[in-house]
Amino acid sequence: MKLSKTSKAFLINIGVTLAAIFASFVVGAFFILLVGVNPLTVYWKLFEGIILNPYGLAQTFFKATPLIMTGLGIALGFKANIFNIGAEGQMVIGGFVCAWLGFTFTGLPPFLLVPLCIFGAFLGGVLWAAVPAILKVKTGAHEVITTIMMNFIALALTNYLITYFFHLPETVHTQLTSPSAFLPRLDQYIAAFKGSPANVTLFLAVALCALFWWLIWKTPYGYETRAIGLNPSAAETGGINIKRNVLLTFLISGGLSGLAATNFIMGYKHYFEEGFSQGVGFMGIAVALVGQNNPFGIIFAALLFGALSHGTLVINALVPKDIIQILQALVIFFVISANLLIKKYIAKINEDRS
Amino acid sequence: MPDNDNFAIELTGVTKRFGSIYANKDASLKVKKGQIHALVGENGAGKSTLMKILYGMYRPDAGELKVNGKAVTLNSPKDAINLKIGMVHQHFMLVKTLTVAENVVLGEEPVHNGFSLDYSKAKEETKRLIEKFNLILDPDALVADLSVGEEQRLEILKILYRKADILILDEPTAVLTPQEIKYFFDIIRKLSAEGKTVVLITHKLKEVLAISSSVTVMRQGATVARVETAGATESSLAQLMVGRPVIFQVERTLRTKEELAKSGTTLSIRDLKAISAKGHLALNGLSLEIKKGEIFGIAGVEGNGQSELIEIITGLKRPISGTVTVLGKDIDFSGNTPRKMFDAGLAHIPEDRHKKGLVLDYSVAENLILGRHREPAFSTVTAIDFESVDAFSKKASGDYGIYPPRTDLRAGALSGGNQQKIVVARELSRGPKLLIVSQPTRGVDVGAIEFIHKKIIETRDQGCAVLLISAELSEILSLSDRIGVIYRGQIAGVFGAGEVGEEQLGLLMMGGKN
Amino acid sequence: MNEFLQIFTLALLSTTIRISIPYILAALGATVSELGGVVNIGLEGLILIGAFCSVLGNYLTGNPWLGVLCAIAGGMFFAGLHAVVCIKFRANQIISGLALNIMAVGVTKFFLKYFFHSSSNSGRISGLPKWDIPFLSGVPVLGDIVSNPLILITILLIFAVFYAVYKTPFGLRLRAVGENPEAADTLGVNVYKMRYAGVLISGALAALGGVWLAYDQHQFTDGMSGGRGYIALTAMIFGKWNPLLATLASLFFGFAEAIQIQLQTIGVDLPVQFIQMIPYVLTIVVLAGSFSKSTAPSADGVPYEKE
Repeated sequence: MKLSKTSKAFLINIGVTLAAIFASFVVGAFFILLVGVNPLTVYWKLFEGIILNPYGLAQTFFKATPLIMTGLGIALGFKANIFNIGAEGQMVIGGFVCAWLGFTFTGLPPFLLVPLCIFGAFLGGVLWAAVPAILKVKTGAHEVITTIMMNFIALALTNYLITYFFHLPETVHTQLTSPSAFLPRLDQYIAAFKGSPANVTLFLAVALCALFWWLIWKTPYGYETRAIGLNPSAAETGGINIKRNVLLTFLISGGLSGLAATNFIMGYKHYFEEGFSQGVGFMGIAVALVGQNNPFGIIFAALLFGALSHGTLVINALVPKDIIQILQALVIFFVISANLLIKKYIAKINEDRS
Repeated sequence: MPDNDNFAIELTGVTKRFGSIYANKDASLKVKKGQIHALVGENGAGKSTLMKILYGMYRPDAGELKVNGKAVTLNSPKDAINLKIGMVHQHFMLVKTLTVAENVVLGEEPVHNGFSLDYSKAKEETKRLIEKFNLILDPDALVADLSVGEEQRLEILKILYRKADILILDEPTAVLTPQEIKYFFDIIRKLSAEGKTVVLITHKLKEVLAISSSVTVMRQGATVARVETAGATESSLAQLMVGRPVIFQVERTLRTKEELAKSGTTLSIRDLKAISAKGHLALNGLSLEIKKGEIFGIAGVEGNGQSELIEIITGLKRPISGTVTVLGKDIDFSGNTPRKMFDAGLAHIPEDRHKKGLVLDYSVAENLILGRHREPAFSTVTAIDFESVDAFSKKASGDYGIYPPRTDLRAGALSGGNQQKIVVARELSRGPKLLIVSQPTRGVDVGAIEFIHKKIIETRDQGCAVLLISAELSEILSLSDRIGVIYRGQIAGVFGAGEVGEEQLGLLMMGGKN
Repeated sequence: MNEFLQIFTLALLSTTIRISIPYILAALGATVSELGGVVNIGLEGLILIGAFCSVLGNYLTGNPWLGVLCAIAGGMFFAGLHAVVCIKFRANQIISGLALNIMAVGVTKFFLKYFFHSSSNSGRISGLPKWDIPFLSGVPVLGDIVSNPLILITILLIFAVFYAVYKTPFGLRLRAVGENPEAADTLGVNVYKMRYAGVLISGALAALGGVWLAYDQHQFTDGMSGGRGYIALTAMIFGKWNPLLATLASLFFGFAEAIQIQLQTIGVDLPVQFIQMIPYVLTIVVLAGSFSKSTAPSADGVPYEKE
């Protein structure tokens, strides 16, 4: 079977990525062994709870939905060499704006309130990314640190708003949004998913994937963004306006992460609750990396990490659930280390034929 | 009959592969002790690779190395240094934030108390060598503040500190003016008189004839000849380098000063002042005029304002005062100036194609529209018209002889000459009225050089004004209708073609008076 | 009023020192690593690991000094992980650092549950035994802090790092390797070894910062590093990659935080969340004002590839 260079490169990419994931599970097993548990039992239970079980599958979709969105946001940034680590804060603020719109404009009918709230989530993310984005473009301030600081500030700010203004007594969450902002759960269409809050924002996530793909590969904006990421000097010499593009990309990246909040706020609890983001912003980094900044890869990676995320509850009796975070970190380490191998193989292919 | 012991260096049957490319194929080199030996060849002939093997930076896949008659294996530069071999690389290996003395002793620092750096001893040693070999330098100066000529002297100091007897110098005169080259040759002769063996890697045949006693010629990774300099000429060497007779002069009609005076003015620069990225005054009241249909060449040592001049004309930099007028319109440097310049009829072949000219990971086609991707022919605001991009790139690839002809190939996979052709094709296909071209044939093989020169002349013949900046005086002299010299951010003199020679240009490049 | 001012000043001074120590140690570590050319965003995680290992070691052996050694070992081990990924595999250093932080959170929580059966904090441990420094230990409020051996160690380390970086061949080579690794390589300096050394030292220093945190609170709390690692990085940038200036910058951050805390105890009416935000906002402001690009080591963050 004669393969073209691009298909060979593609297969190598996938193969090495899968190998990296496998390697992380192997190392993860050592940690499990350290606490005196059989790793195979743990991994089997994971598999059982997730794949062999419609509720587990639904939960995987539920957990994967926001991961796809933060993954896309972070991947978009990566395309232009922007390290937007602020997905967590952008999601929190996006969620707050979304919820606030939802319980303030209660008079609006669903066909108006739903898009408004979704837009609000997007806008919240954009606003929260604006400060680091503008600072990066105007002063060169390193966005890794500024976005991480914004994460902490977002938590403090929402904590303040909830504590002093918006919380329902005895809780750490706001009032419910108007029912017009409720999005239906999947179990309304697929009975087997009953019990899981997986909802139609999953389709929003997939739609965003298509949008991402079109934006990056089919538009002049995407051409410029990729050029900036690959060789900013050549892009600038060729007349591409780097500052404008970086600003725009950073803001859209923030907006995408903001949208990730809709899964919880419009599809699940229907209010804003402190801590609802649960590290999804950081996991988005792993999703973008494993997904190789590509929408299909991101869907796969989001499903993987979503499954693992649900899996923590399944195995919590056996092993501390933080093994999931350890696995996450290991996957990142192995995938980025594997990149060297991938580059070497691809270089070899490119040479062998020209 | 030379003894075996008399050879300082003997390399035989050296082969080195990088992936599937043979950088050296059964190459050889023999240099007698105390000689000044030239190693010549085109770009990519394998000269640097061979010497880097001798310096322990690469391990050969096959072959034998003998130093002073003894067979050796070199695993790292440290081994070479221990054998008293020193190398000055084409791109200087200096640490800008450290002083001259610190750069000299790095890796073999004098120590006291077992772990402290003995800086005063380092300074002493450095001073001693400076005086002995007349390499004027200040040991406490920061490398960041040195001129290019001083940096080179520092590189030589470094190898003398390590008591090198065999000195390898890679393209040492690439960045020097004719006067600095003379001074440099004096140093080399002194070193040879002290019994040191010198190998000069170069492609400048005039210099080979001036300084060396014997020459090795390499082509495509292998050694093709070893001759005594006494019996060689520039053409004989060039023929060995390329494998066929070489034409040194490009065929074309020169525009005379009278002709040009009648022509319209395409580019007019008045009293331009600008600051470099480092904060120095790079352009100090520069004025020049380029006429429609002429090639104006600018000669000058790197660092006299050329980069800043190009950045301003292409819209990437704002001057602090002065005007730049293109086709009668002043540039106002607001908004997206590069794009506006391109729209006004500018084309730019940048000096470093890897850094500024191409996105190596993009395909040939994608590179061919870089900077033109938003033109209506190629895209709308929201979508790229892939069909028209494809048609355009296939035609350009054919017209410019880009090899391999597949436009979906990654640009990084093509040879240097073909990569440069992509840039040339892209820029010239704009049908420009003003072409800025910098170092157009650096790192490009002779065949491509001829082609690119021809294309530049064609563009001029179509009425385009061309600003040519090159470090190769021969290129400037052979292509330009008028020649200007840039020195310390000003134009030091303008001549018609044929009115001036290398010596005089060199003098002006160094700040001498006309 | 006079006595009040005196106590306020002493309290401010002691709080400043207390808060600055982890910043200083982590900033010194960051500086050493980056001078060698390796960006270490993972300081946050290394502080956490240092904190946890010290508590674990202290708890298991009953000896606080063994806890310190455990922390250093743990810090160097995990920093070593980052080093291998970045130096040997030439991976993206920023992502590796972030992965290190995620790993640290996971690992510490994981073993926190296993050893202490809690998901938020460990059992109580003693800090380091106080040293009696003549005169200084007697000073009210301040004396307590100053008598802590870690203070003396930190001060020694500040000068040791400065000396090592600027006055020894090791430091010269380290700086060369971060500025122009190819140049150093052609002179026979082992670029990889130097970079490993830089990263491992930064691991040890950051871990010590974690020890201070944990011993100060006499326990390990989940997520107790609270962003200090990132603030230390900012102190390094603010201090233009110079160990002494980075220390001053760290003191500046510590001072700013201390003032707000003291104001709160006096009863200034500001919601606690805004006080919490101050170090983070300050960091952003400092970053916006520091022109970092021009003074970073030139090869900082760029993996080195021997041809």
